[in-house]
Amino acid sequence: MPVKKDAVKKDRRQSQIGEIWRRLRVNKGAVAGLCVILLLTAMAVFAPWLAPYGPNKMNAGPRLAASSLKHPLGTDSFGRDQLSRVIYGARISLYVGFIAVGIGAVCGGFIGAVVGYYGGRIDNILMRLMDVLLAVPQTILAIAIVGALGANLVNLMIAVGVSQIPRYARIVRASALSVRGQEFIEAARAIGASDLRIIVENILPNCMAPIIVQSTLGVASAILSAAALSFLGLGIQPPTPEWGSMLSLGRQYMRNAPHLTFYPGLIIAVVVLSLNIFGDGLRDALDPRLRQ
Amino acid sequence: MLRYIFKRIVFLVPVLLGVSILIFVIIHLAPGDPAETLLGPSATAQDLAELREQLGLDKSLVLQYFTFLTNTLKGDFGRSIRTNNSVLEELLDRFEPSLMLAIFSMTLAVAAGIPLGVLAALRQNTWVDTLCNFVALLGFSLPGFWLGLMLMLLFSIMVPILPSSGYGEWKQLIMPTVVLATNTTAVIARMTRSSMLEVVRQDYVRTAKAKGLNGRLILLRHIMSNVLIPVVTVVGLHFGHMLGGVVITETVFSIPGVGRLIIDAIRFQDYPVVQGGILFFAFCLSLVNLGVDLIYALLDPRIKAQYRAG
Repeated sequence: MPVKKDAVKKDRRQSQIGEIWRRLRVNKGAVAGLCVILLLTAMAVFAPWLAPYGPNKMNAGPRLAASSLKHPLGTDSFGRDQLSRVIYGARISLYVGFIAVGIGAVCGGFIGAVVGYYGGRIDNILMRLMDVLLAVPQTILAIAIVGALGANLVNLMIAVGVSQIPRYARIVRASALSVRGQEFIEAARAIGASDLRIIVENILPNCMAPIIVQSTLGVASAILSAAALSFLGLGIQPPTPEWGSMLSLGRQYMRNAPHLTFYPGLIIAVVVLSLNIFGDGLRDALDPRLRQ
Repeated sequence: MLRYIFKRIVFLVPVLLGVSILIFVIIHLAPGDPAETLLGPSATAQDLAELREQLGLDKSLVLQYFTFLTNTLKGDFGRSIRTNNSVLEELLDRFEPSLMLAIFSMTLAVAAGIPLGVLAALRQNTWVDTLCNFVALLGFSLPGFWLGLMLMLLFSIMVPILPSSGYGEWKQLIMPTVVLATNTTAVIARMTRSSMLEVVRQDYVRTAKAKGLNGRLILLRHIMSNVLIPVVTVVGLHFGHMLGGVVITETVFSIPGVGRLIIDAIRFQDYPVVQGGILFFAFCLSLVNLGVDLIYALLDPRIKAQYRAG
């Protein structure tokens, strides 16, 4: 019996994913966005093989040189090859983006599920806490956290992640509230399932669609925030190749070497735009009711 | 209605109290010792102890918080470690540029975003709609600091018609306003479009059409008044995001506003200023949200009715 039950479950899940994929495929923009994201991920993974020079190799070429065949995106004030730095930068940005969203989604999801499931006083207290977090502008909260803890990679991820907690908490809480009273939860309780099991097995799967959509859009906004903080000197420190801090270095040479500010910003815009287009498409595909 | 307003204001108190605790805790997580930073490496242990006592750093954290809270309530935000000026004075000094920037940007965003959204919705599923959507997504995705630098490159370096930085004349506000408004414009346009698509399908719109009212009148009287309700909410929700943008825009364009003050204060570990500045922003955000809630109640008769009955 158990074997058969599992088989049915697996089969249904696959057909669900297939259905979503079929709906997503129609949306050309979303597919294009997904392709760009996959390409960039590949670029980040294979950076050592793709980059023509080491990201921190000084005097790889002349200083502040414009684009040329040897250095397609030019070189910076230390003679470092900018193409190589942009390629390696993808690693940091995607890494920060995903980890920060992981922190936000896991903490926020957990808080939301617990308060939504139990309700009552704990719900009240935690949601007031979320109100407090929401009362401080997200970027400014992140700035304060990094400013206090010190500017480095780990603190940057914590800062961006923490500032994203409320949005996941709200989404999961709303879903948890809406399924809490339904019969399948009652049934699970009747067969003696523990609260934790009900939350993990019955509540969370019901909020997966909005969490996935919000996470996709969340990675985009996390990448933007992280780059902004690094640009302000409150994130990744030089010489690590990070797009935001590359921009802030290039800024001093805008007059003579505009390529130093142009390319890193362009790639941030492309990544964020792709993630947003894909996230939008995903939302339509996951929830056909929202499609107009 | 008065009861509603009163309830909203009372609700602000615990939130702001919570914010003050949150900011206080975050700032005091800082590993560095402000006394050491101030006096430099040559300071003696006695000097350090004296300064700590003077700044109240030797007290327990809870005690420090209550001192901070009572002082804040009296309007005393402490003194800047760097300049020794009152923090409140420094904040008020820097308030005008930030306020101007926020007002101009919000005006531009509303003026550009709503027509863009209406246009997209009226021409749903045509190339106009697709284009508007793409423009909105693009505006939503462009990093503000990069957009700022690119505008600077275009209009200050390549075709030098606008000053690249500073504050004082109206020309200097053009680029920062555009940069700060871009993101909000996109959000407003998207919200307007989806809200509009929902409203045009409502029965009362069909009734209005059936009565033979002309299209423009339906659009203005019946559709827009309902479209605007969610748009107002989104403007309020997005205001916090905009305050974050203020910090970045002010840094890019060297505008001496509150955002720039906070960033400079963080670099100098001038934590009373950081604390006061963030609290100030949180306060502004709460006020705007309060205002939005009130406008919302005025626009939406359902809320008014709820409070009249109960």
